[in-house]
Amino acid sequence: MSTKFTEDHEWITIDGDVATVGITAYAAEQLGDVVFVELPDVGKTVSKGDEFAVVESVKAASEVYAPVDGEIVEVNGELEGEPAKVNEEPTAGGWFVKFKLSDASQLEGLMDEAAYKAHIA
Amino acid sequence: MTDTLLKTPLHGLHVELGGKMVPFAGYDMPVQYPLGIMGEHKHCRTKAGLFDVSHMGQARYVGDEAALEALITADLSALGAGEQKYTLLLNDKGGIRDDLMVSRPAGEGLFLVVNAATKNEDFALIEAATAGKGTLTRIEDRALLALQGPEAKDVMARLCPAACEMVFMQCGAFELDGVEVLISRSGYTGEDGFEISIPEADATRIAKLLLAQDEVEAIGLGARDSLRLEAGLCLYGHDMDENCTPVEASLIWAMAKTRRERGDFPGAAIIAQQIQDKTCQKRIGLRLEGAPAREGAEIADKDGNIIGIVTSGGFAPTIEGPVAMGYIDRAFMAEGTEVDLIVRGRARAATVTKMPFVPNNFYRG
Repeated sequence: MSTKFTEDHEWITIDGDVATVGITAYAAEQLGDVVFVELPDVGKTVSKGDEFAVVESVKAASEVYAPVDGEIVEVNGELEGEPAKVNEEPTAGGWFVKFKLSDASQLEGLMDEAAYKAHIA
Repeated sequence: MTDTLLKTPLHGLHVELGGKMVPFAGYDMPVQYPLGIMGEHKHCRTKAGLFDVSHMGQARYVGDEAALEALITADLSALGAGEQKYTLLLNDKGGIRDDLMVSRPAGEGLFLVVNAATKNEDFALIEAATAGKGTLTRIEDRALLALQGPEAKDVMARLCPAACEMVFMQCGAFELDGVEVLISRSGYTGEDGFEISIPEADATRIAKLLLAQDEVEAIGLGARDSLRLEAGLCLYGHDMDENCTPVEASLIWAMAKTRRERGDFPGAAIIAQQIQDKTCQKRIGLRLEGAPAREGAEIADKDGNIIGIVTSGGFAPTIEGPVAMGYIDRAFMAEGTEVDLIVRGRARAATVTKMPFVPNNFYRG
């Protein structure tokens, strides 16, 4: 398993051909208190750059873009009742979706943790 | 861009407190502090919050009050010493140029507080319309603070006990920490509270004194917006503007009965016709589940016909769910009417709801 990061402040943990995606602690802090997360339907196919989820804070709605091509194989239903998990544990219980990767080579363009830390510094 | 933004006398304090600064109406203002919008909102509803509203326009008007009255919807002859009214500045079509507070505190004439984004146009209009009859003096050297919340009175009882003798919508001159201030018992959160006009040289010191009280936290524009939305209060430029009248905006209550009877305000014929016809759209409140519907979301009937538009919407921390206000066709304005709000292409069930969404908590004695 390895974790990668995007410039849009998403994290992607890869386990075989399945990638779990969420937003980083930095992004969650910037958004403020999350009050609603709109997630895609399981089975939906998305392309890199597509808007696949929306995070609502008290103040505003923010789109979340697909970091890679793939098919949504699971969504975090717990966020429906407990959207605050995105703030409380953004890289654990606050995960958004699991993708089945279409093209693993797309991961190569993403940042590792050190590069992401430099990106937000 | 930042260097072109104006700063209130409390700008340095906002930065010192860790405020996240954003441009608002030409000013560099705190949208939130480290406590966050949700925490600030709840704090203000349960204890007391301090807001910097110095970006708003303050002015004195001295002279022929009939000349000023002709532009607005208040009955100034009925405005007694120590009283304040919420009123509307109208254009010739009855459209709302601004909403404002007019009061008669100690000292000569009237005290006005208008919106930041409209203050230059408002004051220019008042000056032009009252030329030769009255004098409007813009107050550029005073800050304006709002202390709001159920425990605001406990803070004032300690620092300025005389101000606690006022009830909602009264005002006067007081001494606070040795400084001459104007205080009104009002605000824009739906809570009991006070608005305090302070000479700018003393503003930061007094703000720090207020923040040093156990009950008080600094509150940014984000929570100010969610608090006023829960209170069912309009945000100028969003929930009403020059293209809508007090009838459409459901603000007939802000028009003095005597003025309506006399019909002597701008656009009076249009407004009288709208009241009689009962056909124009109206501003209403909406409750929904799930995703908040934001400004610009369409309102549809259950057959999918578009019947209105959301003008403010968001998450209401006090009721822990989304609320919205917007304009809707008359046939659908009754409380309890089921409609849909179109959020990112998806219809979300909503119900027309009486406002305020959260009960007002004004002190009426």
